[in-house]
Amino acid sequence: MMQLCGTDTIELEVNGEKRKVTVRAADTLLHTLREKLGLTGAKPGCENGDCGACTVLLDGWPIKSCLMLAAEAVGHSITTIEGLKNAPMQKAFFENWGFQCGFCTSGFIMTCHALATIHPGADDDTMADWLQSNICRCTSYEEIQNAVKQVLGKGDSSGVQGVVSMKEK
Amino acid sequence: MIPFDFDYYKPDTLLEAIDLFQDLSEQGKMPMYYGGGTEIISMARANSIYTGAVIDIKGIPECCEFGFSGSNLVIGSAITLTKIVESGLFPMLGITIGRIADHTIQGKITLGGNLAGTVIYRESVLPLLISESQVVIAGNYGTRQAPISELFDGRMRREPGELIVKLIIDSTYTNLPFFHRKTTKIDKIDYPLVTVVAMKKDDRILAGFSGLCDHPFRSIEMEDSLNEKGLTREVRIKNAMSHIPAPVQEDIHGSGNYRRFVLNNILMDVLKM
Ligand SMILES: Cc1cc2nc3c(=O)[nH]c(=O)nc-3n(C[C@H](O)[C@H](O)[C@H](O)COP(=O)(O)OP(=O)(O)OC[C@H]3O[C@@H](n4cnc5c(N)ncnc54)[C@H](O)[C@@H]3O)c2cc1C
Ligand code: FES
Ligand code: FES
Repeated sequence: MMQLCGTDTIELEVNGEKRKVTVRAADTLLHTLREKLGLTGAKPGCENGDCGACTVLLDGWPIKSCLMLAAEAVGHSITTIEGLKNAPMQKAFFENWGFQCGFCTSGFIMTCHALATIHPGADDDTMADWLQSNICRCTSYEEIQNAVKQVLGKGDSSGVQGVVSMKEK
Repeated sequence: MIPFDFDYYKPDTLLEAIDLFQDLSEQGKMPMYYGGGTEIISMARANSIYTGAVIDIKGIPECCEFGFSGSNLVIGSAITLTKIVESGLFPMLGITIGRIADHTIQGKITLGGNLAGTVIYRESVLPLLISESQVVIAGNYGTRQAPISELFDGRMRREPGELIVKLIIDSTYTNLPFFHRKTTKIDKIDYPLVTVVAMKKDDRILAGFSGLCDHPFRSIEMEDSLNEKGLTREVRIKNAMSHIPAPVQEDIHGSGNYRRFVLNNILMDVLKM
């Protein structure tokens, strides 16, 4: 049985690297990534599951890292925006002006990148369903949709280590 | 950031989890079973709950069962909403839970957590109520199985330390004609103003409701009225609405009268099934 009492050291696999990190059992993954591992791409917005600014990938699937404990991520593969190395979705956001202030951008890109990887042929309804997980206060929605449409259908599987299919999960 | 400390345990067996709950309770740790953790983390961050230890159930094989077994569909309590939606195994349940929170959070919320949570909507219970599912629960006595209608009276009735292990659904219910509508105040992603899930079995409409009262419910009296074939649709709906089992909610999502108006229109569509 895995157990973590008080403060302890765990090993996380982040962006393909094994990282040892000392956490409180009550630390969220978002806090751990930003404050302990120096990966500040995932942003703290609401910290309540509403905004999506903190989105990272867990085994290739988007999750809100503010609603996950670091301890829960042991044994899984985590991908943050820092782990996407010029993925087509990043390029498409840039080319389509899919951001203004940029605060929501990393979360949006992680959601959209996962969509293009898992459902490369996603229709408009599926795209709308996935995009509703993230909020942009600067209202870049139309440009974000254009960026996603640019990538969808072209296959986008770079950058994410091992998407675990729902059957295996 | 969560403003207090707790310990984290991830047992590998049901027995370990149940024993652990008892031990931690005796140590005064006020343990909580931990499914997706979405409610525990958000409420702990806001300091509206306290626990000294969480017991993550995602390593327990029985809680992770998912698939058809004989003539039943078995869904472990630690199965995420996304997994249920993506599987397509029970479309009525998939469509209903595909409207809980948003797509990303659905990858974290577990079926057991939505059923046992404190948020009053618990929309996943509606398809389970009308498909007359069975619930397997574990406690320090072992396990027991009961119809969900016996255990759920607005919330899941459990003794302290009891764990929801899995849901068992007769597979004949998984592909019957169904109806789902979730109405919200403004945004698509929101708690329900009114959610109605209905199904047609042997020419009878079965229906469950969330958002209407301060707890989700199925009402046999309402179903009897809706199924009274000799009457016009308007009269059947009026009669059904006279059997709403608790006061209709009045809150920021909508007044009681508005909720009744919306329900009336939804039931019109239910009767066209
Ligand atoms: C932004 C947002 C929007 C939401 N919108 C909706 C909505 O519209 N409709 C809706 O129905 N829900 C909605 N929810 C979901 C709901 O509020 C809860 O967050 C969710 O259902 C909890 O599931 P969980 O698996 O994360 O549970 P957890 O947080 O792990 O647990 C919740 C409670 O259940 C207990 N528990 C968990 N699993 C078990 C088990 N197997 N046996 C016994 N007890 C258990 C825990 O001890 C705890 O008390 C929303 C949530 C968020 C964050
Ligand atoms: S910070 Fe996680 S959803 Fe807003
Ligand atoms: S670009 Fe500013 S919040 Fe989205």
